[in-house]
Amino acid sequence: MHRVVVTGIGATTPLAGDAPGSWDCLVRGESGISTLEQDWVAKYEIPVTFAGQAKVLASTMLTPQEAKRLDPSSQFALISAREAWADAGEPEVAPERLAVDFATGIGGVWTLLDAFDTLKERGPRRVLPMTVPMLMPNGPAAAIGMALGARAGVRTAVSACASGNEAIANAFHRIQRGEADVVVAGGAEAAIHPLPISAFAAMHALSKRNESPEQASRPYDIARDGFVMGEGAGALVLETLESANARGAKIYCEIVGGAVTSDSYHITAPDPEGAGAARAMLDALEQAGAGITDVEHVNAHATSTPVGDIAEFAAMQRVFGKHTENLIIGATKASTGHLLGGAGAIEAVFTILALKHQLVAPTINLDNQDPAIPLNVPRVKTGLSRPGAIAISNSFGFGGHNAVLAFRSI
Amino acid sequence: MAHTQQEVLAGLAELVNDETGIAAEAVQMDKSFTDDLDIDSISMMTIVVNAEDKFSVKIPDEEVKNLITVADAVNFITENQD
Repeated sequence: MHRVVVTGIGATTPLAGDAPGSWDCLVRGESGISTLEQDWVAKYEIPVTFAGQAKVLASTMLTPQEAKRLDPSSQFALISAREAWADAGEPEVAPERLAVDFATGIGGVWTLLDAFDTLKERGPRRVLPMTVPMLMPNGPAAAIGMALGARAGVRTAVSACASGNEAIANAFHRIQRGEADVVVAGGAEAAIHPLPISAFAAMHALSKRNESPEQASRPYDIARDGFVMGEGAGALVLETLESANARGAKIYCEIVGGAVTSDSYHITAPDPEGAGAARAMLDALEQAGAGITDVEHVNAHATSTPVGDIAEFAAMQRVFGKHTENLIIGATKASTGHLLGGAGAIEAVFTILALKHQLVAPTINLDNQDPAIPLNVPRVKTGLSRPGAIAISNSFGFGGHNAVLAFRSI
Repeated sequence: MAHTQQEVLAGLAELVNDETGIAAEAVQMDKSFTDDLDIDSISMMTIVVNAEDKFSVKIPDEEVKNLITVADAVNFITENQD
């Protein structure tokens, strides 16, 4: 089995248009959540009037033709992948050894619904011929594959909010198995559209803190009332340790685990006992050949929903027992909102940067920590003290999907 | 009001540029859409539909395959506009 390392990172998030900028904002304790100024908010009387909108408009980072031919989800994906690819030093790799694993939770929802509006208002002939390739959920992966010339396989994991982590886990395993030398992996989402917002609001999944959007995403706080939608993408360049060493690449860290399990419990609610999530964490550690006390930092899924945050805590207790209290937890959705299929990817970027800088960013809005969740969640930036320790990043999704990644400094 | 051949060429070049990024000056009468301008069928359909709006003309789907060169399109539009 090949060892797999991270040699490039990229992200476009509600905090900033690139990975280092997003990290800097995160460490400063900033919020990327703001009021939606779009006219459809008032027009349709959308009950939730804020979200984590991408800080930098995708169209400003693409050619006009790319912007025209790509759904916003693919635009974010391509931007983050190009950043990661440049950060990795544009590896020279045979196209047949280069792959893409790139996820989305929802896919091209803007394209689909715009096209339906066009059909209703102007008839079928005015529906854009590019509609299908733009709306398909493999669109982001395909756009990256075309841009980089990847021919070892371009794949898309679709598992709701676990999608980004699942894609990265898939990439990790196929490099381990020798099916590719380099894989661009990550996830993207662009669903800040009146329909998904209305639908998530209808199921009471979203925070309704319209009067103070920057305080709305508050994982573990007693007054948390739902998640905040975000948009953007995160991307990693993963490659074999041999490949990275051979070209003298800068190595962020090693990816040592990528595990996927399923609850088979309820279509949206997490298993309150956290059994499936716990198995994913344990499987990731087993792949890493690590024990529970080797883990120092957890980037938690922590979406700021009343039941989700507690179920994840239950899962952590199942896995770590007494060691749970030693874990340094980061709940970065407090700053970014929840990027759905992009969440795991930007959180992987943050976990990797936490290892690089040996620093966990503060979790904002944690004014009164829920006494039922006595985790160590620093409100100020906090150093990591065990350089060889493991950091894990959790993502869970509607459908009972659990996906956990494990990283270790090298 | 009917557009002259020159106006149709200029307008078509704008549509091609808008859809594909190809410089408007490159869109000349003797150029083939596929062989010279490398325009794929999906872009071609978008350009055709936009041309219908711009020049108040109907370009039937079965006619599109006959529009090999820019001149073919310019002539069809010029002759068939309302």
